[in-house]
Amino acid sequence: MTKTLLIADDEPNIVISVEFLMKREGFEVLVARDGEEALAKIREHRPDIVLLDVMMPKLSGFDVCQEVRADPALAGVRILMLTAKGRETEVAKGLALGADVYMTKPFSTRELVEKVRQLLGQ
Amino acid sequence: MTPSRKLGLAAGAVCLLIVAALAATAWLSWLSARGAGLAFNDLVTTLLILGLVCCGLAVTALRELAARYVRAPLRLAEEVATVVADGARRVKTDGGSELDALARAINELATAREALQRDVAEQVRQAQRSLEAEKNRLAALMAELHQSVVVCNLDGRILLYNQRARAEVGDELLGLGRSIYAIFDHGLIAYALESVSQRLGREEAPAAEFVASTRPGLLLRVHLAPVLGGEAEGDATEPAIAGFVLILDDITANFAEESQRDAVIQGFTEGVRGPLGSLRAAAETLSDYADMGDEERHRFLDVIRDEAQQLSQRLEQAAGHYGDALQARWPLEVVRGADLVTAGLKRITGQTGVPCKAEELDDTVWIKVDSFSLLQALSYLTGRLNDEYGVREVRLALSRTGHHAQLDLIWSGTAMNTETAMAWELDAMRGAGVSAPSVREVVERCNGEMWFERQRAAHRALFRMLLPLVEPNRERGGERRFLRGGSRPEFYDFDLFRWSEGGHALDDRLLSELSYTVFDTETTGLQPAAGDEIIQIGATRIVNRRLLHHEGFEQLIDPQRSLPEESIQVHGITPDMLAGQPRIDTVLPAFRAYCADTVLVAHNAAFDMRFLQLKEEATGVRFDQPVLDTLLLSAVLYPNQESHRLEAIAERLGVTIIGRHTAMGDAIVTGEVFLKMIPLLADKGIRTLREAREASEKTYYARIHY
Repeated sequence: MTKTLLIADDEPNIVISVEFLMKREGFEVLVARDGEEALAKIREHRPDIVLLDVMMPKLSGFDVCQEVRADPALAGVRILMLTAKGRETEVAKGLALGADVYMTKPFSTRELVEKVRQLLGQ
Repeated sequence: MTPSRKLGLAAGAVCLLIVAALAATAWLSWLSARGAGLAFNDLVTTLLILGLVCCGLAVTALRELAARYVRAPLRLAEEVATVVADGARRVKTDGGSELDALARAINELATAREALQRDVAEQVRQAQRSLEAEKNRLAALMAELHQSVVVCNLDGRILLYNQRARAEVGDELLGLGRSIYAIFDHGLIAYALESVSQRLGREEAPAAEFVASTRPGLLLRVHLAPVLGGEAEGDATEPAIAGFVLILDDITANFAEESQRDAVIQGFTEGVRGPLGSLRAAAETLSDYADMGDEERHRFLDVIRDEAQQLSQRLEQAAGHYGDALQARWPLEVVRGADLVTAGLKRITGQTGVPCKAEELDDTVWIKVDSFSLLQALSYLTGRLNDEYGVREVRLALSRTGHHAQLDLIWSGTAMNTETAMAWELDAMRGAGVSAPSVREVVERCNGEMWFERQRAAHRALFRMLLPLVEPNRERGGERRFLRGGSRPEFYDFDLFRWSEGGHALDDRLLSELSYTVFDTETTGLQPAAGDEIIQIGATRIVNRRLLHHEGFEQLIDPQRSLPEESIQVHGITPDMLAGQPRIDTVLPAFRAYCADTVLVAHNAAFDMRFLQLKEEATGVRFDQPVLDTLLLSAVLYPNQESHRLEAIAERLGVTIIGRHTAMGDAIVTGEVFLKMIPLLADKGIRTLREAREASEKTYYARIHY
């Protein structure tokens, strides 16, 4: 069965690469440009994995992560935070709020693919 | 005659008298027994006469004895009492030689005592002198400190502060005798004191630090250290805390600078991560998936170009911000460029022996530099010019160019090549310590640039340093505080010398003996007759030639009228400080009571007296005691000096000015000035109040004419 993946990022330039990569990996890829849209799409499509940026308009990635983890119906959604916020305190916060993986930009595309695969147990 | 001989003589005289009486009685008895015609009556008469003669002799002898040996000691005792009161007197006696000996002994004792008293007095004077010198040193030190210092007693009353503290905390809150708790929260200081006393017990460095905000937006780092002294309680061995010293550091600017630097660094890292992430992802995808179509490839190339551009922009921005933040990193101080050059001339010649002159100097240029290192660099370059090229003279010039100051070290004649100049700039400066920086480093540290330039037409060469200019308003606010206001005009429209009869009662007393109330007023303006009012009275007393700092009278007064903006500029008292303060009709009686039985002293006294006089009718309070004016006394002492402003006199007499333009501050300065004047007046033969008044009167009328 095809797995669904949501990219939540307001930077189109990063979306281009990640979308390309994930499609090549065989995902059905959804894109959200801000926090609210991301949350709505997660609720609607229940993606298997979300690549979540922290700095986004309307709702931050931290807020989205918290909301998803607070909703038992979304328990199966894996969250990989992919963000420019790289301070130790921020990493700790992301993981504490329920992110499964916290990756900081810039990242290696291979490593990203690897992590996504690991998360989905492939 | 020796005492034993005297005793023998007295005993002999008594025996002789008894023997004579016995002999006479026996002779008379023998005559009567022989019945030699002596009737019994005759016998009795003769015996009586004999008895009377003997009694008379005895009484005379006793009186003489009493005068010499009973009254004389009593008189001597009385004289000793006068010697006790007045060490310069000596006793004498009209008693016998024994009492003379006693009197001599007493006089020796008195002489010894007098010498001892002189000795003690001299020691006290010396101690006072050294105390005074120490006090002056402390005041000078405190004035020079870059930090603000406030000293309080344990109740939080302010005992001492420096001008910087006043500038930092604000005139309205800081004043002698005021409470520090108007500035800092009581709990904060109590907590700090508690931790200090705990540290004292543990023999750790007894100090505490906290950060407090006072006025809105002002952040002070406060270092609290105890003043130890007084008696330890019970049998505790460590000394008790008698008060505390606060060292204040305005960290508002540092804090803002550091926050800004943090923000720059953080903004830069975060801002770079995103574009770099896109860039790297695009590049990696391009290289990993060579099979993608042309259209897709172009999309990725666009991403790379686009993000690379953004990244360059961000880098430029961050570099700009960082440059600003860098300025604050070295201990740079703001100096007037011309002052730096003047100091440089001396220093360069002193260190290198090469004459150094100033060329064009722009007085308006203020720069922020590490002045010590900069002067060192100029000296060093001059030294090398002299050593290697025998340059006989250098010049310094300072001018303004765009956003920078231009400081030139100029010499003529000798041409040197650019490589040599470069090497000099980069060499560690000799004789400047172990880790000596290079000239270039010093200039860069000041956020400046430098280069070597040849001016062929003028046959000269120069090292030019471009240094950052300082905005005068931002950096020199504190400076203006000292200069503002100036002095009030001298007043002559009130006759100081028309006192009541009572006012002359003290006329012949010595100036050095009298008690004084030194006072000053702050007012809404300079026109007492046109409705200006007193808004503050500050006063302090002089007793026994000492200014009593702790018995001041300080009161704000609601003038019941508006406060002109210009006057606020002078005294810093704002309308809301006066709201709720008592009115003049309740303050004047209290002030009258405070200065009762003293001579009033003020600077430009006519001005203050005029205000008081105008209130006489309304308040029923009269100030009819003698008045002395330090302005006029200054004119007596220094008839040839132009300025008799309080600042000028204070400087002339070596009085440190603390807290001008508050009534209390000015009263204290006036008092100190007056105390210094008393001996100087005495040197001119002006010793009594009358003499001071008459001399003042002369200058008063002399001055009124020009």
